[in-house]
Amino acid sequence: MSSKDYPGQSAVEEQGWLKAHKWLLLRRASQLGILGLFMLGPVAGLWIVQGNLSASMTLDVLPLTDPLLLLQAIASGTWPVTTGLIGAGIVLAFYALIGGRVFCSWVCPVNLVTDLAIWLRRRFDLRATSRLSRDLRYWVLGVILILPALTGVMAWEYVNPVSMAHRGLFFGMGWAWAVLAAVFLFDLLVARHGWCGHLCPVGAFYGLIGTKAQVRVVAAERERCDDCMDCFNICPEPQVIKPALKGAAAGIGPVILDINCTICGRCIDVCSMDVFRFGTRSSQVAARMMVSGVKPGQTPGASKTA
Amino acid sequence: MAKPVSGKGAGVNRRQFMGEMLKSACGVGLFGLGLGVYSRSASSLPAAAIRPPGALPEDQFNGACIRCGLCVRDCPFEMIHLAKLGDPVPTGTPYFYAREKGCEMCEDIPCVVACPTNALDHALTDINQARMGLAVLVDQESCIAFHGLRCEVCYQICPIKDKAITLDRQHNARSGKHALFIPVVHSEHCTGCGKCEEACILERAAIKVLPEHLAKGELGPHYRLGWKQKEAAGGALVTPDGEHQYNLPEGMRYEHGGRGLIEGMPDLQPGVLPGPASGAEPLAEPGSVDALETLNRGAPL
Repeated sequence: MSSKDYPGQSAVEEQGWLKAHKWLLLRRASQLGILGLFMLGPVAGLWIVQGNLSASMTLDVLPLTDPLLLLQAIASGTWPVTTGLIGAGIVLAFYALIGGRVFCSWVCPVNLVTDLAIWLRRRFDLRATSRLSRDLRYWVLGVILILPALTGVMAWEYVNPVSMAHRGLFFGMGWAWAVLAAVFLFDLLVARHGWCGHLCPVGAFYGLIGTKAQVRVVAAERERCDDCMDCFNICPEPQVIKPALKGAAAGIGPVILDINCTICGRCIDVCSMDVFRFGTRSSQVAARMMVSGVKPGQTPGASKTA
Repeated sequence: MAKPVSGKGAGVNRRQFMGEMLKSACGVGLFGLGLGVYSRSASSLPAAAIRPPGALPEDQFNGACIRCGLCVRDCPFEMIHLAKLGDPVPTGTPYFYAREKGCEMCEDIPCVVACPTNALDHALTDINQARMGLAVLVDQESCIAFHGLRCEVCYQICPIKDKAITLDRQHNARSGKHALFIPVVHSEHCTGCGKCEEACILERAAIKVLPEHLAKGELGPHYRLGWKQKEAAGGALVTPDGEHQYNLPEGMRYEHGGRGLIEGMPDLQPGVLPGPASGAEPLAEPGSVDALETLNRGAPL
C-alpha cells in the first residue's frame, strides 16, 4: 500500500465511501436513535421511554437499569426494589450475550465526543500522547465500587461523564458540558483514546460482563491481509486485533476474543481486503474446522469417526 | 539485571511490573481520595430543597439514588427537578422547592412507585405518612395573622387541614376588641408537602418547610414529664404535697390550686375559692391595708 492520508482511504477508493463507512453509519444511527427515543418524551411529549441510561422504563412495561449503578447503590447499603433488579438483569443478560462493550460503541453518548476527538487527532495529525496503562480502567472500576461502601455516597455519579451526558440531554446539562469538554480535550490533547480506551470504568465493567459474549468480529480472511495497518490505526483498542489477525502461525483462531473489543466494526469498514466480518464466538470452532479440513456442517466428533 | 521470569512475561521484569502496579495504585488511589472527599462535600442538601415523598434519610439517599429521573417523569404535576451539575443539590438527584411548587400528595404516590432503587422507600403507601420536612411559621413579625388580619391561606390550602395546621384564636391586645387567628403547625400530622409555603401571600413566605432536624428541637432523654408519668401510672408517683406554711404578711395568703399569692381573704362563699388557707387567719378589711407596701417595707403591720 502506498502512503495514505487517513485509515480507510483505499477502502473508500476501491469500494466506495458508503461501504467503507457502513458500520460507522449504522453505529451512529444506533447512538442517535437511542438518544432520539429518549428525546421524544421531553421534546414532543411522546413518552416511549422515560428516565435515562441509569434506569429507564419503556412503554410502561420494560424496565432497564444500569447494573453498575445498581451495584454502587447496593455497595452503599440499600437493597433495590424488584423492578430495579429485573431491569439490571435484562441489561446484564443482553450485554453478556451480545457483547459487553457493544454499549460503548453503539449506545454510550460519550462515544460521540471521544470519536470527534480522535477524528480531529487524525485530521490535524496530532500524535503527541501520554502513555497510560489500559488496565487503569479496572483500578478505577475497583475504586468506584469501594467508595460507596466507605462513604455511603454514590461517589462516581458526581463525576461520571456517561450518565451526566445522557441525563443532561433530557433533564438539563448544567455544568455537565464542562465534564464532557474535559473528556474531549483529554482525548484530543493528552492521550489518544484516553478516556474510552484507558480510564472509563463503565466501559471496563461492560467489558467484563461480555467476557463470554457471542457477537464478535472475526478476521475470517486473515490470509488476505496486506499489512496496510488501517485496522490498527482506526481501532480504539488496537491491541485486540493482533492475536486474531496475526496469530495463525501460533495457532490462535481468527475471532477477536479480547473483552475490550468494542465491536464497533470500523475494522470491517476500513479494510479494503475484506479481512474482517461480524461473526459469533463459535466462528472460532468453525474456522478451526476449516483449517483441519472439516466441512462447517459437520461436528468435530463426527469428522473423527468418519 | 534479572532475566525475564518466563516466556509469558517476556520483556517485563519483576521490578518493572511492580513499578507499573505501584504507579497505577498511587494514581488511582489519589483519584479515589479526591473523588471520595468531593462526593462527600457535594452531598449536602440546602434547607430549601425538599426530597420527594418517601426519600430515605439524606445520608442513605445519596448512596441509593441512581439519578434516573423516573420520579420526575412520573410526577403528574411536574414539580420535581433533577439537580444539574453546579446546582447546590447533589448532582442528578431529585428535589423540589416548596415556594415554587409544593407536592400535591397523590394518593397512589407515583414517584415512589417509579423508583427502581428504593431511594424513595416503597414502604410508604399512605401519603399522609410522608415526612418530606416540617412546616414552620418562621416569621411571626411579617405573618399578617399576627397583625390581626384574616389571612388563613396556609390553613385553608393545607391538604390535612385542621390536623397539620390549626387556627389558634387569641386576643388582639393592640385593638383590645378583636381576635387573632394564628396558624399553628402540628408535627404529628404535617407531611412537609409545602403547599402552605407555596401559597403564603407574603413577598417571601413566613411559613416555610424545613428539614426536620432544622425544624424541631429534641428533648434530652433524661427528661420525665411528671404529668405524663402520672397519667401512665394512673396516679401520683410522689407523696402529695402537704400543706405549706408560709410567713405571709397579714391579708395575704397562698392558694395551691394554681392562683398563687392572693391579696385579701377568701370570699364568703367557700365553694368559689377552695384552698387550705380558707378560714385559717383572721379577716382583714379588704382595702384597708396595702399588702404590697407591707411586703416592701418588710415590717409587720
